[in-house]
Amino acid sequence: MFVTRKAEFSASHVCRIAGASDAANRRLYGAGANPNGHGHNYLLEVTVEGEPDPVTGMVIDLKDLKDVIDEEIVAPMDHRFLNFEVEPFDRVIPTAENVATEIWRRLEHRLGAASVRLAKVRLFETPDLYVDVTREDLPA
Amino acid sequence: MTTLTRIYRFSASHRLHSAELSTDQNAALYGKCNNPYGHGHDYVLEVTAAGDLDANTGLLLPVAQLDSLVEEHVLRVFASRNINRDVPQFATLVPTTENIAIVITRLLEAHWSAYLHTWRAHLRRVHIQETDRNGFEIALPRPQPTESVTTHA
Repeated sequence: MFVTRKAEFSASHVCRIAGASDAANRRLYGAGANPNGHGHNYLLEVTVEGEPDPVTGMVIDLKDLKDVIDEEIVAPMDHRFLNFEVEPFDRVIPTAENVATEIWRRLEHRLGAASVRLAKVRLFETPDLYVDVTREDLPA
Repeated sequence: MTTLTRIYRFSASHRLHSAELSTDQNAALYGKCNNPYGHGHDYVLEVTAAGDLDANTGLLLPVAQLDSLVEEHVLRVFASRNINRDVPQFATLVPTTENIAIVITRLLEAHWSAYLHTWRAHLRRVHIQETDRNGFEIALPRPQPTESVTTHA
């Protein structure tokens, strides 16, 4: 069974390759290459997979999942400039793909000992663009 | 696996009517959608790409390139059109959303490499909401790795 918890955070970022020309950066990242940065209201959906506990009837205590998401993602990223304030985005370009991958990495690290498995991270950068990171053995 | 999904919207009209069926059969099968004057929807199209991230850019693909592909080969064809009359593929094909999804998938596949051939991303999924309640989806298999790709920037 899959259980999904949502969270939001707002952050700024800039997507640029330092050694590339302004034109090349614009081709790759569009307006996202603006050197001074810009921001998004990111919407995060975290899906875990497990079986309901026979006593509690819960796959996971959603309060616990909320706390993990708050500690690992929302607290460090909300109202921050990702490139300057959040590891590893001082050296990894904070594209939606890379931010989603980092969120997956952080959550998987924390949920490793839990009775559930991380199944999917869906990150909306805008209402019209989202990135999914899924466990390899699950259908996309 | 990492996928990127971009959401597009277009409004278009259509009429569901099969030349293979009688007037009564069409009316019974398609109901209100068989209205001779047609009707319209605000379609929501989701295009999903999958593949390996380009290590240098952190991108699956540049969204602007995907937008150009969809705008030039899908939205320009369908947006604010009468699908039965204005889209050549539907001269005889009934524009159910199933068939619209198939035609859009073929258009995206046909023009994908012209926009994105240097990227590792492939077309993974096409999803169309005809209304908030009716959704249609085509999932595409992961292609065999064949073509060489460019490292970006």
